[in-house]
Amino acid sequence: MTVLAALEGMDRLSGGDVLVAQNVAFAIMAITMVASALRMVTTRNVVHAALYLVIVLAGVAGIFILLGAEFLGVTQIMVYIGAIVVLFLFGIMLTKGSFGDDDGVTGERRLMAGLVGFLVFGVMTAALVESFADAELSRSGPSTTADIADSIFSAYIVPFEAVSVLLLAALIGAIVVARKD
Amino acid sequence: MLLNQFLLLSAVLFSIGVYGVLARRNGVLLLMSIELILNAVNINLVAFAAFTDTIGGEVFALFVIAVAAAEVGVGLAMVLLLYRSSRTIDLTTVDRLRG
Repeated sequence: MTVLAALEGMDRLSGGDVLVAQNVAFAIMAITMVASALRMVTTRNVVHAALYLVIVLAGVAGIFILLGAEFLGVTQIMVYIGAIVVLFLFGIMLTKGSFGDDDGVTGERRLMAGLVGFLVFGVMTAALVESFADAELSRSGPSTTADIADSIFSAYIVPFEAVSVLLLAALIGAIVVARKD
Repeated sequence: MLLNQFLLLSAVLFSIGVYGVLARRNGVLLLMSIELILNAVNINLVAFAAFTDTIGGEVFALFVIAVAAAEVGVGLAMVLLLYRSSRTIDLTTVDRLRG
């Protein structure tokens, strides 16, 4: 119910009760996402990793809606959870038998990867805390789909067309690479 | 809400994704970790769009989603090709080009 309360109050970002509800919703989603992401990169079962990825992606959609980007949140659910995760599950099924588990990772490799990840996080945290110490979000209300459409088909029309061509090229490329000849 | 709470969440997810890319040997799991990184970047873009009260960040997040979809399609096709040619998707065994 807390999440719903936060979503309904989205148009009044500065209200006291709404702000508390938003922060509680953020905390719940953030903890769930970080825990799921950690499980995703450490679990030995490949299918479980895909399901943990679903939780993280749904959490990202929730964060988008919390930030007032409703269209993006729905797009995230449709494209990622609806399409990309299904692609991953197909990839897992079609390569099954070669790699049921991913338990052959040596300790040294994990240690070095953890060290690199921790260093990346440390550097980014130091930079962010120093740059945006107490910066508040200033959005007055949720962004509408009409705003995004106006923006895409006026200011960002060239990148939009480039993305269209990229998707076509990727589609044809995937078919050419994966077909049996 | 503070801007930094979103940026720090994004940083945590990005670092976890970097760990996954470096530590995993399974090709499909590596692609999943890359998706995690791209989603962390998207949170950043949308958070800054809300911070500056502009729409550009959300549009670029949409572009990132489209590029991620294309990347997964091509990446999984390559993993399937690898599986068909060598019966494994263990990335540490893919060293045929090593001199």
